[in-house]
Amino acid sequence: MDSATSEVPSLRTPLSDAAETGLKIVIVGGFGAGKTTLVRSVSEIRPLNTEEVMTQAGVGVDETHQVSSKTTTTVAFDFGRISLSRSMVLYLFGAPGQERFWFLWDRLFSGTLGAVVLVDTRRMDDSWYAIDRLEHHRTPFVVAVNRFDDEPERYSLDEIRQALALPEHVPLVDCDARVRSSGKDVLIALVDHLYEMSLAQQAAQTPQAQ
Amino acid sequence: MTRKPVDTGDPDRLYMVTGGRTRTDDSFDLVTLVVTECEPTAGMQSEHVRILEMCRHPTALVEVAAEMKLPITVVRILLGDLLATGRISARHPPSTRSAASLPDTDLLKEVLHGLRNL
Repeated sequence: MDSATSEVPSLRTPLSDAAETGLKIVIVGGFGAGKTTLVRSVSEIRPLNTEEVMTQAGVGVDETHQVSSKTTTTVAFDFGRISLSRSMVLYLFGAPGQERFWFLWDRLFSGTLGAVVLVDTRRMDDSWYAIDRLEHHRTPFVVAVNRFDDEPERYSLDEIRQALALPEHVPLVDCDARVRSSGKDVLIALVDHLYEMSLAQQAAQTPQAQ
Repeated sequence: MTRKPVDTGDPDRLYMVTGGRTRTDDSFDLVTLVVTECEPTAGMQSEHVRILEMCRHPTALVEVAAEMKLPITVVRILLGDLLATGRISARHPPSTRSAASLPDTDLLKEVLHGLRNL
């Protein structure tokens, strides 16, 4: 009946046997903003694609109108991997930023270190919803502007910050998602930001009232 | 940009794979690293065999799902079976904390160090 003895072909490089700790960073962006490109440029493996099937029971009450006629919703996402040390491995998830996918956030990405919002200045509107939801969930994030060669007009970071109504404390950086070193700098900007926040939190020592 | 949907076209197949169960083991995070603890044995469900073969080296749940072309929910169920019978071990991420709290500075330092050395 089942002849599953054949060797599983795999293109993945296995992790070190000492790998202990898996970490997550989420790249959010609108369609075509370059999420997959960014994941690919920094990942040590060819980006993989997988999907989660959500039943309606797992859907946030404020979003149910989106799926009222369905019992299940499927969301697909890409991911890549970076081995940070022998024991630590970072997974990067490219998440669709469209409104209809955001009810999945809690389930899929709880426990993430933080997020990168990838912005295409030709479609800045796509980013508002993502930024709003991240703030709502209090997920730390940075905003990276993916510069495309065919931008009709090159906006300055200040102009973009204004257009997105982005608070001063949120880092805003330029990047070229196709370039590995640039993608790496975006991740460093995020973790630097997290580090600063974590230091400040430690210093404050007082638990924040909800 | 092609976003190929994972082949889940046949719900009956998924039903068979999980024995009709839909409740998942939520202790498995997307990045929980799974490690095989014993060799597959005769008569074992083929999906279980496949997981045991794949996880001889630590492998994240999400990679298992991608390679097996099964939804994450289904893989959580399969991994739950294997964990319950001691055939795998699971290395969970530091904490499944709420989105509002921050990781500690030592961990972040290590992450920064790793990223800078890429």
